[in-house]
Amino acid sequence: MSDKRPVNLDLGTFKHPLIAMVSICHRISGVVLFVGLVFLFCLFDTSLSGAAGFASAQDALQTSFVAQFITWGLLTSLGFHFSAGMKHLIMDVGVGEELDSANNAAKMVVGLTLILAVLAGVWVW
Amino acid sequence: MVTTITNFGRSGLYDWLLQRISAVVLALYSVFMVVYLLLNPQLDYAQWDALFGMTSMRIFSLMALLSLGAHCWIGLWSVSTDYIKPFVFRFVFQMVIGVLMFVYTVWGVQLLWGL
Repeated sequence: MSDKRPVNLDLGTFKHPLIAMVSICHRISGVVLFVGLVFLFCLFDTSLSGAAGFASAQDALQTSFVAQFITWGLLTSLGFHFSAGMKHLIMDVGVGEELDSANNAAKMVVGLTLILAVLAGVWVW
Repeated sequence: MVTTITNFGRSGLYDWLLQRISAVVLALYSVFMVVYLLLNPQLDYAQWDALFGMTSMRIFSLMALLSLGAHCWIGLWSVSTDYIKPFVFRFVFQMVIGVLMFVYTVWGVQLLWGL
């Protein structure tokens, strides 16, 4: 390999089209979901620890704003990660790889996430 | 030639495939959980406990749990190799992820089987 190949990975110098933003947000939402696992595991553990634990988990989701906000944030991240992941799988079979269709797919992912974020909010609150 | 040895499978292609298989399992599991919770707004402990007492649900949950471990590892490994340049930081980051995924896997097994 030649050492003279240009290297420009200073992301701050790039213009980011929608496709790139969706790609980086796919990663960010993945990291958010990973961090949120500790909340989900604690909630799941509590809910299965007995009738009292189940009631306290239910109570937290019905009364604690922090728990509700985390739940909403995780559902929204999941909605985005899920939609962007589906886009990936569809592109893997060769659909939507052209610039136009890829742009439309990215728009659909953003649109779908916005709808899911609102629905998740309605569900949580 | 020294190639990378911290990826999950032995090759990028293997990781690529695993990431997709685990994605499908996790997608099915999350859709199932969301739909189940939406359809059962009056869920009580007995029903919740019975759900995770079913063998089929335990198999599905364990499948999702193992997929989660692989999916998180491959995803966060990619993130770490792209954004964390200094070897020590990258290595420590990957070690933390590895330990956490192991903890989650054991924790999940314990929750499902109540050992």
